[in-house]
This record gives sequence, structure tokens and C-alpha cells, in this order.
Amino acid sequence: MTTLTHLQRLEAESIHIMREVVADVEKPVMLYSIGKDSSVMLHLAKKAFYPAPPPFPLLHVDTTWKFRDMYAMRARMAEEMGMELLVHTNPDALEKGINPFTHGSAVHTDIWKTQGLIQALDKYGFDAAFGGARRDEEKSRAKERIFSFRSAQHRWDPKNQRPELWRLYNTRKHKGESIRVFPIANWTELDVWQYIHLENIPIVPLYFSKLRPVVARDGGLIMVDDARMPLRPGEVPMMKKVRFRTLGCYPLTGAVESEADTITAIIQEMLLTTTSERQGRVIDHDSTGSMEKKKQEGYF
Amino acid sequence: MSHVSPLIARDIEEYLKVHEHKSLLRFITCGSVDDGKSTLIGRLLYESKMIFEDQLAALERDSKKVGTRGGEIDYALLLDGLQAEREQGITIDVAYRFFSTDRRKFIVADTPGHEQYTRNMVTGASTADLAIILIDARKGVLTQTRRHSYLVSLLGIRRVVLAVNKMDLVGYAQEVFQRIEADYRAFAARIGLAEIVCIPMSAVCGDNIIEPRGNTPWYGGPMLMEYLETVPVDDDLQAGPFRMPVQWVNRPNPDFRGFSGTIARGVVKPGDRIRVLPSGRESRVARIVTADGDLLEAVANQSITLTLADEIDISRGDVISAADDPVPVADQFEATVVWMGDAPMLRGRNYLMKIGTRTVTVTIAPLKYKVNINTLEHVAADTLELNEIGVCELELDRMIAYEPYAANRDLGGFILIDRLTNNTVGAGRLNFALRRSQNVHWQAVDIDRHARAKRKEQKPCVLWFTGLSGSGKSTIANLVEKKLHVMGKHTYLLDGDNVRHGLNKDLGFTAEDRVENIRRVAEVAALMADAGLIVLLAFISPFRSERQMARALLPEGEFIEVFVDVPLEVAEVRDVKGLYRKARRGELKNFTGIDSPYERPESPEIAIASAECSAEEAAERIIAELLRRGIIEGARGA
Repeated sequence: MTTLTHLQRLEAESIHIMREVVADVEKPVMLYSIGKDSSVMLHLAKKAFYPAPPPFPLLHVDTTWKFRDMYAMRARMAEEMGMELLVHTNPDALEKGINPFTHGSAVHTDIWKTQGLIQALDKYGFDAAFGGARRDEEKSRAKERIFSFRSAQHRWDPKNQRPELWRLYNTRKHKGESIRVFPIANWTELDVWQYIHLENIPIVPLYFSKLRPVVARDGGLIMVDDARMPLRPGEVPMMKKVRFRTLGCYPLTGAVESEADTITAIIQEMLLTTTSERQGRVIDHDSTGSMEKKKQEGYF
Repeated sequence: MSHVSPLIARDIEEYLKVHEHKSLLRFITCGSVDDGKSTLIGRLLYESKMIFEDQLAALERDSKKVGTRGGEIDYALLLDGLQAEREQGITIDVAYRFFSTDRRKFIVADTPGHEQYTRNMVTGASTADLAIILIDARKGVLTQTRRHSYLVSLLGIRRVVLAVNKMDLVGYAQEVFQRIEADYRAFAARIGLAEIVCIPMSAVCGDNIIEPRGNTPWYGGPMLMEYLETVPVDDDLQAGPFRMPVQWVNRPNPDFRGFSGTIARGVVKPGDRIRVLPSGRESRVARIVTADGDLLEAVANQSITLTLADEIDISRGDVISAADDPVPVADQFEATVVWMGDAPMLRGRNYLMKIGTRTVTVTIAPLKYKVNINTLEHVAADTLELNEIGVCELELDRMIAYEPYAANRDLGGFILIDRLTNNTVGAGRLNFALRRSQNVHWQAVDIDRHARAKRKEQKPCVLWFTGLSGSGKSTIANLVEKKLHVMGKHTYLLDGDNVRHGLNKDLGFTAEDRVENIRRVAEVAALMADAGLIVLLAFISPFRSERQMARALLPEGEFIEVFVDVPLEVAEVRDVKGLYRKARRGELKNFTGIDSPYERPESPEIAIASAECSAEEAAERIIAELLRRGIIEGARGA
């Protein structure tokens, strides 16, 4: 008898979910955020539909504030996968010059990401969007369904979600409604890293430690990735060996001091470390339940 | 996330080698907050060191603020999710938790214990390999324990851990534990749960979860974590014959045609003979294709893509199975249904049923009984309300490949979907197929309907004339057949009266016999259409459901319902056969229009008001409509 490993089981489940969506909905899209979870999602999509290319485009909801390394990765992956890459930047945010420095993280995230995502889904008429959210990320995610239904206004109603039994996903929806689908919902951060290691999946170099210019700000280390970052009085960028455990907009993503410059070293560091992944993300610090509020408003 | 493994710091490569080859166990915990369920799960997460310092700091803060343990660490708080629930102090759904040890990764389905319990627990249990049932040692086996155990057995979970919790509150007394164990085993045997491990524990104090702690020297069984880490998983799934529901046909170019799916049961290798159900076609597995190269073997729970040696027609919803032990096919079942919709289940109502990768229409026949889940008594009932469980018969609109749920969850478990709201309103298990359809395998033949129709140079179809006695059905059908004959078409006319002299001479006019009469002629018509003929039928066929049944026997577009509409008064005046007079005198029972209803077609393909035109005009109009629909192309050579 062959015993499948937990990673084989998780992989098979994710592939099954992706195929159900492609078989059942009209116009799916995969949200691509360039982070490690997105890398894993792309890899799974390649496996699910091989030898065909994944039968959906990638959508990146861009804030213009990502790390430069992330933009380089985005271009590389779209080419390697042979998939269409759609990039949406919220024109209102662009016009108003929304940025995390003057508008704060809450406004920045809402306008660029939440509103931007809704605009993009409406613009292209996608009726299902794959996202890389995981149930272990945050308490309110533990109860999220794998198929999460959104109203025509893209709102999420936690009281009105469908039960999910066995491998049977009910994909039927009314006109205008859409589904957010989370194929790696049952993966943990450790699973993701182990899989990246095992499958040799390319990830953004920012995850690996390197000398980078950073300033200490609000208890974290923020990388000065380009000239748009205004320095506060007394702040002088210093070169430190840092890496990122999670990637978002560079001014909102804290670096950690680290020597880990290989996948195994990253996993080792993660296993020995004592703070959770989202600690480095400013958006979750607002208040307990903040992720849930954002989800109700349409954030992924 | 500091696992307590010294390997991490010493030899990370070695550590990864071990951890990338762990197996996966999914389990469900059943019990109420009072039993210490959340505390137990919190404890498992805590003990496996899956809690980060920042989460621990938040936990300590929350324990002081809203904890129920007077400021002591309240492990249960680790599990609360949605804000509204936290404010109400209850959890209302299924939450999934993750932890892992050196040997296994675990996915825990955590379901709360209040009124919505059945729906949530059934959902959580559907994917679980094992169940932990919690008992408060002070209270022993309660009604809710029996309810949880029944649901666990209903969902086909074979292995149960009975966690006799709060042993600290009964002074770790062996007699208390033994009495509860004996009570429980007696009950469990009644509902068919056989593999039970009973563990005395204290989730709050940590006894017998990871290690004994010395309070139960009389207990010689496994620690909870030890058992979870070593209990076999999936051991029976690979043993059975191969089955894979087809999810998606992979066709990137004309040279490649693969069938993608997740293996529900068994093992598959290149060269294996397979049979596709319900079509019955056979071939051999050519390749098991993956992005990492072809596989020599694939097993249950793997998601794969197969190519076959022969080009045969397979689509989503079909099941590829071992040719020497093919999956059975049927369209009528006895099933156990758990109702999950806010509106009650309606008998006779159509729902969508998703089973495997197939979605079909199902009619729910009257309930046999519902189950009182507290006493397990069978109670007579007409309908099921939210969270009720009942046994009923299901009639599907077509044959499906299936297995009884007891043999396989993926091929025997289904959900019911409301057509209007699109919500999942029920879930169930197929217990067995009913009578006729069982074990009759469909024989695939090589000359198919298209080949036969092509030889005849026509498209087969069924023209179903329905209407009151005396409406002119037979007359019009007769004229239409003559015209088709002249056009060189191959036809056959089945007439109600004529059929009753032969094929159906054993049938009378009771409602039951009328249904059977129509069923037989519908089947005959479907066979004739399969042979390539244009079939005309003139039958009163007063009930919508029978006409619907006939329609469902034919491919889309081949069933043409012709409604010969005439007011009852007109038909009664015509009374060609003198039947209305007889019926009015009471000499003829169950006569349509008099003492038996005629259900008018709602959207017939063709409607003829026969009181307003001649039979000839009616026949012309029907021919015109057939030309318009592309069923016939006009006279040969014309």
C-alpha cells in the first residue's frame, strides 16, 4: 500500500478544487500577488492542467508600491507559465496619488487593493477568482469556506455561506454573483515552505537574507526600496542583513534581521522563531477582527 | 513555531526529510463547550507548539479580559473566530485547525454544540478519518453523546476516540472511567461503531494527552496524541476496485485527450482495462500523465490525468472504473438525507443533486421515516426541517455510476441544491439502489444512433401528440406520418388504442396502469428513435410527469411535444368513440376530462388549436415546424 504524504494530499486537494472551478464556471481568473503563496498556486495550476496551460489568466491588482524585486518576478513568471497577465491599477488611486505615507495603511489598502480588486473583477467580468488565502493565517480565516460567495456588490456575508461536504463544491450562483476560491485553504505556512523546498519553486529573492537599506520605524524595519520613501527627521537608511517573511507594499512590510539565505535556512529560522507570519503586516494590527471587516468589504 | 525537535537546529535537511514525508490525518471533535472541547483542541495546538509568542501574548491578554478561567490561560480562546460569535460567547460554524508533530499533520474540524449542531457536525465529519467524542466524566454518556456518535456512524467514520474528560473533577477514579467506557461500548455496538479507544483525560491539566502525569496509574492505553499519530489512515481506500469520477477533459490540442480526476478508490496502472460508466465503453489505460512525468501507478486520493488506448466518448461526470469490477449504475435509490436548508424539504419537489462530478435532477419520493437523533427512533413524517435526518427514496432523471456510501464516500455521498436559491439545502448518502436498475449493466454497442440515422439520411425524433380524447391527435398524427412518408422519411406511428391491443393488453385504466402504459410506450419510442426512426405517438398522456419522463429518455431537441388543444365541450360534442357519454353515465371510471384531470403542457414545442383549423392544416403546420427546427430538410431531391 502506498501512503500519500501530507503534502501529496494537500496538492491533490488543491488540484481537485482548481479543476472543479474550471469545469463549472464561465470565466475564472487567478489572483496573483507575487508572494510565496502565489508561487505555490501557480505551480499547482501548472500541475492541475498539464499538458494544457492553465485555462485562465493571472490578475495582479497593483498598488504601484510593491518592491522592485516583485515586479521583476511578475514579468518572469507570466512569461514562464505562458499565461496571460492582467495588471489592474486603480485609476482613482493613481489620480489621487494614494500612498501609505500620507494616507495611512488603512486608506491605502482599501483604495488600492479592495477597491482595485472590485474594479478589476467588474471590468473583466470574472465570475470566480482563485486566491491564496489560508485558514491558518488568521482566526477569522479558520471558518472561511473554500468556495466563498460574494454578492454582486462583492460583499461577503459570514452568516450566509454554504456548507461544504466531502469533495463536493456547489458552484451554482446567480447572475452577478461571484466566487472567491481558496485552493490552498488547508495549507499552513510550514506546508507552503516545505512544498517550495520539495518542488523547487521559484520565489521572490526578498524572502532570502541580503544586505538591504532599511530604516527602523514604528518598531519594525522598513526597506527604502526607492526614492518615493520620505525619510522622517533623524532617519538614516542603514545596510542590514534582512529578509521578508511576508510581502506586500514595501512601506507596509516589515523586514526581519536574518542570516537565512537558502530555503532550508528560511524554514529552519521559521521553525525556531517565535512570532507569527502576519506580525510583519501593518494591516492586521488595527484591531482584532480587522481582517474580517476587510473581508466583508470585499478584500480578499 | 518552535516544534520541539532538536533536529531543527542541528540538521535541518534531515528534519525536512522526515517532515516532508509525514502522513495526514483529518479528525473531528464532538462535544459542547462544557465538555472542554475547545480547551482540548487549544491544548493540542499548545502542546504541539503551534502557537507563536505573539499569539500567546494575545491569548494571555484575552484570557484576562474575556476568559472563563479567572485570568488563567483559557485555551478555548485560541479557537474563536468570527467577531460576532466571540461577542455572543459561542462559535457557530465549522472551523478548521492545523497542527503537526514529527509524525503527522493534522486537520481538525471543530464544530460547536448547539442547535445548528447537526448541519455543522455532518459537514465537519464528511472529510474526517476519525472522531474524538468528548464526555464530561461527571456526567457520563448523555443524549448528546449518543447524537454525536450516531452522526459519526452515519458519516461513515469507523474510528472513534472516547475522550473521558475532566477526570480531575472526579478524583481520577477508575470506577467512574470504567462505568462510562462500558456504557459507551454497549451503545456504540448498537449503531455499528466498532473501533473505539477510550482515554481518561483532563484537558485543563494535560493528563494523558501527551503524557500520563501520574494521576491515572491504572490506565495502560495510549496517550491521545500517540494514538492520533499512529492510527492507520486510508488503509481501506486503496484496497477496492479502481474508480475515478471524470472532472475535466484535458484537450490542449488534437493529439492529446486526457481525463482528469481524483481517484475515489483503488489503484490504477498503465495497461489496466477500464470500463466507463454509465456508457459501458471499454478501453485500456495508456498513460498516467503528470507535469513531473508519467506515473507507473496512482492510488486513491491522488489527482491525476489518464489517457486511454482507444478514442471513446467520455465527459465530465462519467466514472472510469476497473473493467473486471465495474462501478454499478442505477437511477433509483434509498438514501439517508440530512436537511440543511432553512425551508423544509418538499416531497415530490425537484432538486439538483451533485454526486461525484455529476449533477442530475432528483425527485424525492415520500419519506419513509425520519430519525429522532436523540433516541434513534424512527418517526413517521412527511417532510424534513432544518437539521432533521430522514430516509427516503430518490428518483434521478438519468442513470449514474455510484457506490453505496458504506463502500465509498466519494461515489455515495451527495448534496442537494435548491434550483431557485442555488443554496446547498441537503446532504445525504446512497444506501442502496432499488430493484430493477441494480446490476443491469448497460451494454455499449458500436453502431450508435448517429450511425443508424445517417444511413437513413434523417434526424430521428419523437413527436409526442397529447390532448383530450377526441381532440384529433390520431387523425393529425396519421396525416403527418403520410406527409413524412411522401418526403422519403422513415417513420412509425404508435397509437394509444393499438398498443393496448398488444404490448399493453395487460394494463387497465387505474392511475398506476396509465403511468405504466406511458412508461412502456415512451421506452419503445426511445428505442425506435435510437434505431433512427421518426416516431409519432398519439396518447392522451394526461400527466406532466409522465411526459417529462418520456422527454428525459431522449437527447436534447429530439422530443417534440405536440399539444392538440381542444376545449372539453368540443371534444365531448365530437365524441367519436362514444366514450364521453359512457363516462358521464358513470360506466367508465377515471376518464380524462371527466373524473380524472388533464394537465396541460406548459411549454409544448408545438401547440395546435384543433377546433380552429382542419386536420390537414394542422398537419401542414407541424411539417412546417419540423422544417423550421431542422429535423427534416424537405423532400429528397426537391
